[in-house]
Amino acid sequence: MQRLTSAEKAPRTGSLFTIGPIADLDPRLRIVLSTVFALIVVGLSDLLALSLAVLVAAALLPLSGLPKKRTLKRMAGMDGFIIFTLILLPFSVPGTPMISVFGISASWEGLWQAVEIALTANAVILALMCLVGSMEPVTMGHALHALRMPEQLVQLLMFTIRYIETLRSEYLRLRSAMKMRGFRPGTNWHTYRSFGYLVGMMLVRALERSERVLGAMKCRGFSGRFVLLESFQMRDRDWIFASWMTTAMVLLVLLEAWHVVA
Amino acid sequence: MHIVDGALSNPVVIAGTVLAVGGVAMGLKRLTLERIPATGILSASFFVASLIHVPIGPSSVHLILNGLAGLILGWAAFPALLVGLLLQTVFFGFGGLTVLGVNALNIAGPAVLTWLLFGKLVERSSPTTGAIWAGVGGAFSIAATTGLVAFSLMLTGDAFIPAAKLVFFAHIPVMVIEALLTGTAVYLVRKVRPDLFSAIKGAAL
Repeated sequence: MQRLTSAEKAPRTGSLFTIGPIADLDPRLRIVLSTVFALIVVGLSDLLALSLAVLVAAALLPLSGLPKKRTLKRMAGMDGFIIFTLILLPFSVPGTPMISVFGISASWEGLWQAVEIALTANAVILALMCLVGSMEPVTMGHALHALRMPEQLVQLLMFTIRYIETLRSEYLRLRSAMKMRGFRPGTNWHTYRSFGYLVGMMLVRALERSERVLGAMKCRGFSGRFVLLESFQMRDRDWIFASWMTTAMVLLVLLEAWHVVA
Repeated sequence: MHIVDGALSNPVVIAGTVLAVGGVAMGLKRLTLERIPATGILSASFFVASLIHVPIGPSSVHLILNGLAGLILGWAAFPALLVGLLLQTVFFGFGGLTVLGVNALNIAGPAVLTWLLFGKLVERSSPTTGAIWAGVGGAFSIAATTGLVAFSLMLTGDAFIPAAKLVFFAHIPVMVIEALLTGTAVYLVRKVRPDLFSAIKGAAL
């Protein structure tokens, strides 16, 4: 959040972010590895292999330089919808009864299914945050460009990244102006109308801002292509990291295969 | 409403991703150089709007406003909302990576559908009538998103059906809030900058 919503580049040496070894690796490699890791982990169904996958992701955390407590909290924080679904699973999957609550019995099969989903989700999201979430959002845009993501989509991504913080401070300014005029949110028509006008006003201002931005870009001869200054290079340490991650992923697949056969 | 990795079966994930890629392609086709800054900045506004928490009774809900995004961006809502979801996944840890396509489809699909169904009514009538239709659209898009999330889970297995049903009903207050906010936001935009509706996508069909 801080990285995305702070106007200046997040201070790498400040208290929030310390440089981890992962920060020095090729951003393209980090994106590719986290995607391959996600695809492999989603394919696993053995609980031992999935637990090890969580451990692999957790091992990345100290290397990423991300704040540990906050990152783990983010990993565990799921949508209320999903948590609800997982809690209901033991009760809705038929199978060997485990316990019964108010006459409805929970099954072991449902519990294991819920555990499987929880382990998969946490392993993937933690690895993704450690590998990709630890880079500057703008660098991620450049790396995605280098990985052949459609250019318009990259430009859209870069604009969004650039203006999230600007618009958030505009939002906070409008909110403090409202507060200054005695606005106190509650469950009433006045609150909802005020929030609606606030959103509408933000959109109007966004459009006006975009007109100024486009004018400035045209004035400087923008021709529809961003010149992306970063060029990426795979060095020795990138290859070493890649081989470690590949070994871990191969082991996970072998463990899964061995358990399924056995 | 972010589905997580591992919750859906492979066919559902693949089908959702293919459809989402199609939607994004439709959106990008219309994104000329002139429209990219406006789309990007509006995409950032919707991202910020999703951080707003609106009180409801003793609790609060955060906004989604995908109906409003659809009404303003049209097909461009697909790439715009995908970008927002990608950032949320990577930096905030919401949702999942392999289900990014499904999540984009569940949020942006109803946005585009809202525009196709209600766009003309919102843009052509008087500001007050337009606001009412926008409110209907806002509620519709949340209902459709909840329905699609439930549907993705149900396609994966019958075991998810009870949860899906309960969650749909639990979202009725959210639909009401989104309806009120979409309606009033559209009313203000119609009064202040009516051309916002045609800035990205041209006039309604």
